[in-house]
Amino acid sequence: MSATAWGWLVLAFPLAGFLINAFGWRVLRGRMAGWIGTIAIGLAFVCAIAATVALLGHSEGDRELTSSLWNYASAAGLDIKVGILVDPLSAFMILVVSGVSTLIHLYSVAYLDSDRGYARYFAYLNFFVFSMLLLVLAGNFVLLIVGWAFVGFASYALISFWYRRNTATKAGMKAFVINVIGDVGLVLATFFIFRELGTFDFLAVFHAVPQHFSTNQGVLVAICLLLLVGAFAKSAQLPLHTWLPDAMEGPTPVSALIHAATMVTAGVYLIARMYVLFEQAPTAADISAFIGLATLVFAATCALAVTDLKRIIAYSTISQIGYMVVGVSIGAYAAGMFQLMTHAFFKALLFMAAGSVISAVAGTQDIDRMGGLRKALPFTSKLMIIGALALAAFPGFSGFFSKDEILAYALHRGGFYVIFTIVGYIAALLTAFYAFRIIFRVFWGEPVPEARELEEGHLAHAPPENPLTGEKEDTDVGFPGAEHHIAEREWPMWLAMSVLGFLSITGGFIEIPGIDEVVKNFLAGAFLQSHLYDALPSVAADWGGLALGGAISIAGIGLAYLVYVRRPGTSAALIRRFGAVHTFLANKWYFDELYDAVIYRPLIATGLFAKNVFERVVVQGVVTAAVDLVRGVGVIVRGAQSGFVRAYALLLIGGFAALGLYFLIASQ
Amino acid sequence: MTVTWYVVLSAVLFAIGAGGVLIRRSPLVILLCLELMLNAGNLALVAFSRAHGNAEGQVFALIVMVVAACEVVVGLGLIVAIFRRRLPLNVDDLRELRG
Repeated sequence: MSATAWGWLVLAFPLAGFLINAFGWRVLRGRMAGWIGTIAIGLAFVCAIAATVALLGHSEGDRELTSSLWNYASAAGLDIKVGILVDPLSAFMILVVSGVSTLIHLYSVAYLDSDRGYARYFAYLNFFVFSMLLLVLAGNFVLLIVGWAFVGFASYALISFWYRRNTATKAGMKAFVINVIGDVGLVLATFFIFRELGTFDFLAVFHAVPQHFSTNQGVLVAICLLLLVGAFAKSAQLPLHTWLPDAMEGPTPVSALIHAATMVTAGVYLIARMYVLFEQAPTAADISAFIGLATLVFAATCALAVTDLKRIIAYSTISQIGYMVVGVSIGAYAAGMFQLMTHAFFKALLFMAAGSVISAVAGTQDIDRMGGLRKALPFTSKLMIIGALALAAFPGFSGFFSKDEILAYALHRGGFYVIFTIVGYIAALLTAFYAFRIIFRVFWGEPVPEARELEEGHLAHAPPENPLTGEKEDTDVGFPGAEHHIAEREWPMWLAMSVLGFLSITGGFIEIPGIDEVVKNFLAGAFLQSHLYDALPSVAADWGGLALGGAISIAGIGLAYLVYVRRPGTSAALIRRFGAVHTFLANKWYFDELYDAVIYRPLIATGLFAKNVFERVVVQGVVTAAVDLVRGVGVIVRGAQSGFVRAYALLLIGGFAALGLYFLIASQ
Repeated sequence: MTVTWYVVLSAVLFAIGAGGVLIRRSPLVILLCLELMLNAGNLALVAFSRAHGNAEGQVFALIVMVVAACEVVVGLGLIVAIFRRRLPLNVDDLRELRG
């Protein structure tokens, strides 16, 4: 079978799983829906492998395969096909997406076990995977937008999955609104592309761009900036990042899948996919890189101060995507995509471990109320440490190879790109520090009551409440289920985390500078037109970067050890000393408050003005005046309707007489 | 032979009829006065018809008579109905249709 046929199957299985779960929820008992969803995605992963193998059968210059099912729209000058593009980039993405998704489905089978919305959850999750695969396989802009909007909806539906929780529904709306801003950017960019080039097809656009546009031509820069609006909204980059921390209201596996491993990297994929445009408009690419850099520093600082376990990891995600955006914007495509892959592994692992930890402390997410869970959660703690080591880019772990490759590339490009290397390494220190801030705060220190209880063998069950506001909840549909599940006791969770742990350790070995450069060689077929792809730093420079990165990582971990384990009072002392800075960071640089003041409040004020002044005074004033006029005239005229027949007769005769007199006089 | 006297007579009859309609309260008398007004009109029609040597006016007068007959039928019917329901036979008391 050809690679594109496998590509269609990759799309078909999640769609089938979605339909079965969506329509069969009444009949599916127990964990049935979960297994159907997991198997559907697992089959998609198998097909993705088959597609990749089939793709490798082609020669390297001939790995851009397209296929279309039918014509979506065919009119004068418009030719849109429902077509996919299977090339090394999309093959790489479907492998990562379907692979990680399979594991997260497996984890969810147990984690969501007692939730009353079990089948609905898996229907949403399968729909998400289908949409994400559609997004990365799309062969033209129209299908890309369809997938782009679908994942936005799936994200909304899953953030608001516990729909009776106020905070969750609000977070869902926020995510949706910001994602729609991105959608508008993407759609406008597509309009411009169509106006300039007259086609929606990816390959046709990429072939036409170098001839049609001069370097940095205004229209092209505008197109690229609009694409960036879409990419940044989806990938939670400044200034459109505020939805991602709130998206943690969704179930933890959702945070792992959508808001860490796959959907939020769609922006990175988009920039890499549009590399032809960005290389022709280097200004836009540089803007993108600088925003990525600002984001990665900003998010890393937030992660130092936030105390909600999932939100720390969320800020870490924003920061890591910042690295990827920098990578694909400066031309380090392979390194950026490699970072995307390793990040998917270790961040999904971190979230899964966080889910297990949250279950162990009866749904609490505040790390101030955790501690000493190392003995109670032997497996989870080990796996979370592996994830944190990979995140901190500890030598040998997967994050170690991917992050430093981006920074080494920036250094190699020279000029002002050196800034990316310097700031990137500083942020790497912060990354290592906050990664182990989580570990030391959660697993070291004095065991909390829940930890002691768990050591004795039973899982704490507090009355259900909203972890954010402390509101009381029940366990019916629309709220989390009654039971908590930890990886130590559920083999699907255990298995999913073990596989991801293994990948977090070994995932980096496929791309060791100078030894085996699997990702770089594989992706080369998708970047044939690029003049930056092969401008790589020397192997020695790479290893120099790796050595520096390793040293920084160890320094960051050591610093965290010093602050949180050796001298436990240090962080409190630091907070006292730099109270203003801490407040600033703990409030996430006041971005939410800024948007509240600049956008939300003026809009509400305008609405209130329209309602209270315009509607009440102007609109109702005009309407009331018209009504009063008619009624007043009616009152006057009604006086004539006396009911006396003789009075009517008098009016009639008098009227005729008056008319007759008038004509008599007028005729003289 | 001028038409003037006929028209004057017609005008006087019409004025008497109109005065009766305005002044009297009994529906029966009002109906009679209405007939008087119609016949004043008929007289004028016939007079002008003779003066101009044109028969159309007389045809008109015949039609008016037919209409007057119909009107009397309806009017008398109404009066009989009012009488039967023991309502006052006084147009000033029958004023439910006031605005």
